[in-house]
Amino acid sequence: MKKVILALVFIFNLNSVYAGGGGAEHLIERHWAFDGKFGQVDKQSAQRGFQVYKEVCAACHSLKRVYFRNLEDIGFSAEEVKALAAEYTIIDGPDEAGDMYERPAKPSDQIPGPYANENAARASNGGAFPPDLSLMVKARPNGANYLYSLLNGYRTPPKHVKLSAGMAYNIYFPGKQIAMPVPLAEGQVEYMDGTPATMEQMSVDLVNFLQWTAEPEMEHRNKMGIRSLMFLVIFTILFVIAKRRVWKNVK
Amino acid sequence: MASHDIKPLKLGPVTSWIDERFPVFTYVYEHLAQYRTPKNLSYFWSFGSLAGIALVIQIITGIFLAMHYTPHADHAFDSVEHIMRDVNYGWLIRYIHAVGASMFFVVVYAHIARGLFFGSYKKPREIVWFFGIFIFLAMMATAFMGYVLPWGQMSFWGATVITNLFSAIPLVGESIVTWLWGGYSVDNPTLNRFFALHYLLPFIIVGLVLIHIIALHVPGSGNPSGVEVKTEKDTIPFHPYYTVKDMVGLGFFLIIFAYFVFFKPNALGHPDNYIPANPLVTPAHIVPEWYFLPFYAILRAIPDKLGGVIAMFASILILFVLPWLDKSETKSGYYRPIFKWFYVAFIVNFIILGYLGAQPAEGIYVIASRIATIFYFAYFLFILPTINKYEKPLPMPKSIDEHFKAKH
Repeated sequence: MKKVILALVFIFNLNSVYAGGGGAEHLIERHWAFDGKFGQVDKQSAQRGFQVYKEVCAACHSLKRVYFRNLEDIGFSAEEVKALAAEYTIIDGPDEAGDMYERPAKPSDQIPGPYANENAARASNGGAFPPDLSLMVKARPNGANYLYSLLNGYRTPPKHVKLSAGMAYNIYFPGKQIAMPVPLAEGQVEYMDGTPATMEQMSVDLVNFLQWTAEPEMEHRNKMGIRSLMFLVIFTILFVIAKRRVWKNVK
Repeated sequence: MASHDIKPLKLGPVTSWIDERFPVFTYVYEHLAQYRTPKNLSYFWSFGSLAGIALVIQIITGIFLAMHYTPHADHAFDSVEHIMRDVNYGWLIRYIHAVGASMFFVVVYAHIARGLFFGSYKKPREIVWFFGIFIFLAMMATAFMGYVLPWGQMSFWGATVITNLFSAIPLVGESIVTWLWGGYSVDNPTLNRFFALHYLLPFIIVGLVLIHIIALHVPGSGNPSGVEVKTEKDTIPFHPYYTVKDMVGLGFFLIIFAYFVFFKPNALGHPDNYIPANPLVTPAHIVPEWYFLPFYAILRAIPDKLGGVIAMFASILILFVLPWLDKSETKSGYYRPIFKWFYVAFIVNFIILGYLGAQPAEGIYVIASRIATIFYFAYFLFILPTINKYEKPLPMPKSIDEHFKAKH
């Protein structure tokens, strides 16, 4: 019965019902450091991904669910986080005179986004709203592979496609026309650890980073999972043995 | 054998003082330890206790979630992310609760499947069956409202679709929907009252479960042979035999539960629910959670709105009439050769309906949904009553004792 249910869950996830819009191209499927029961956050890669976010994506996309202090989980030291936060300005207040004031951000603050509100974001982006990226990997089916594919999915549109004003052609985006211009180019970022910033490297680092922002608990969850399952398997076996012993004399 | 070795309950000074004033210990002992149960029950009988455990898990995790959740449209989504990120082990409580809802339905569907095959709804257990259906209906209301609480895209739009169905009621439909919403669309008042009711209903379910079990303990449990208990030789005390056997079932249940919670926590959910609710953007495909899909398919199969709503409710309410639709004296499907195959077809059809509920309501999917819906109702209204006239049951064991001995 349980096998039937597992099979059904598997089958239900095979269809493309969750793909928004029709004619979704088959995503590029990569192996990721965070895949599977023993998946881990590649911390070096995530740090580089944060740099890509900061220097490229943060121009339009917020990451508001991440607090500066969270960055210690991917390997930044407390001092680095403090210095990083201080580069940003937060509007705080009201003070005793009733005025709002500016101050440098602290590790306990959320990472501020580029725009004051949604209207400002839309006004700067031709009416389109660049979504917050904190949960993006969980908010799309096969999110990690989707994001990787999307970043590498820009093409010149085929002859028969008429691009609407301000749109770009991306073969993985539902409907194939996306309001985001191609965000990454070779060598766009100069990595602090000296890694060459190829398209491949930047997209992988970015996805590793965003996977962490979406599921910061993943490593702990996987570890607890292994231990819980081992415990449960052992104890189920023990109960099977106990059951047989108890039932042995039932005639 | 076990018939004579049920120890009498020995209470100490404190426990007997309590028991004389409120007989909780003798009552629990009588209905748990001493409760005489047929000795031939299969593992198909473990799903009832698993359902009870799933209910307790949902209540405990739900109460802890409620300590950190904010039921306001502007804050709900953020408060759930706060639980996931900042509350110590909040992610674990949240995932247990979300996966737990699915596990609860898995176990209850298996429990109902047992009932349908072994004639658990037949005389004299009709009231047990009725309260079971009440529990199922309350579970569905609870799960529906619970899914709205994170205020994601699917929460909001699922709520919009399903609450809109009530507008199909002639004359008063629109007013009822406005009253339910607390406004002119699904919005903050809707969310707030769904939270209140989602917190309330599980305790009503607990009450219904108690009645369900009390009603069962009047005739006692059914069994796979369909032959009722005749002598004490047919039975064994519930404890330790079924307590230990149910622990085996619990072990397997928890293994599957843990696998999903720790390794695939979002596999049974929908990615769109990680997008905050936006009344101005409709998702491409609005789908309910998997456990509602068969009924969703029935709803969409009928081309008329009111017709669809009636069919959807009828598909569950028809279960109430089952004891009178299937009047065969033979309870267990093991001895009903024609019924057995129609039952398998019914289960397969139900699963197909589930698959169809997740597809877009277009083309071949609509045709298939209509055929599957017709078969669903035909099974109850036509096939079951007709089988009784033509079916010759296989020879049954003379007693539970005989059935048990034959299998061991």
